[in-house]
Amino acid sequence: MSIDWASFTPFSAFGGGLLIGLAALMLFAFNGRIAGVSSIIGGLLERRTPAELAWRAAFVLGLLLAPSLYALFAELPAVDIEAGWLRLLIAGLLVGFGASIGSGCTSGHGVCGLSRLSLRSLVATLCFMASGFATVYLFRHLAS
Amino acid sequence: MKVLLSLLVGLVFGLGLILSSMSNPAKVLGFLDLFGSWDPSLALVMGGAVGIGMLGFASLRKRSQALLGGPMMLPTARAIDRPLVTGSVVFGIGWGLGGICPGPGLVLVGSGLGEGVVFVVAMLAGMGLSALLKRRSKLF
Repeated sequence: MSIDWASFTPFSAFGGGLLIGLAALMLFAFNGRIAGVSSIIGGLLERRTPAELAWRAAFVLGLLLAPSLYALFAELPAVDIEAGWLRLLIAGLLVGFGASIGSGCTSGHGVCGLSRLSLRSLVATLCFMASGFATVYLFRHLAS
Repeated sequence: MKVLLSLLVGLVFGLGLILSSMSNPAKVLGFLDLFGSWDPSLALVMGGAVGIGMLGFASLRKRSQALLGGPMMLPTARAIDRPLVTGSVVFGIGWGLGGICPGPGLVLVGSGLGEGVVFVVAMLAGMGLSALLKRRSKLF
């Protein structure tokens, strides 16, 4: 392992993290809900009351509109996607399937769960971090 | 009110994802490349989010009512079981393949990127598939 200092962006990373944490706290304080993106999306695919569907759809809409809002104040940062269509398709399937079976993703378990000191979320976070590290190792260093 | 608040939360969350570069798959893969040339930035994203989160959740712990009314809906599951572990491992494999998790996937769609659409549609299919499986099998 060597640290890629050239790519290291501590201030924007920490600042962005604070915003993410703030958003999660707002949703919990005002609405009493956990900001787990996969669970919020998952709830849209189920039969629920209109009020339940509405707040979920509004949250998703906010995420969708965020780039346009950001672009009003600053140029959107460059996005670099190295995966091709097939790999993105498989990645999406596994992410959706896994988050649903495992009851959460990086936001629900990683941000909210760890903040609440949930052991269950700590285990989930360690599992997806470990398999994420292993997958990138396999693809970047063993397969090529 | 709750709907407007959710919209605002989605916006702030999304701005955080963009500012922190969580919505840039290359940046995420740089973090997951622990055994190569490692970019530790995303550890600080987690640090910032969990830092403020811990303070906030601790101070909200005693509340029984949300500020806009209704109960505080905390997850009730405690079990460390097979679905939690297998699901999370599968999630991590997908995350490592694309460098995209659900929130950033939506931000990429909002940025007008076709790759984001492919990812999110596949993610929705994966969620649908798991709902089917949960109904049909006792495995999960």
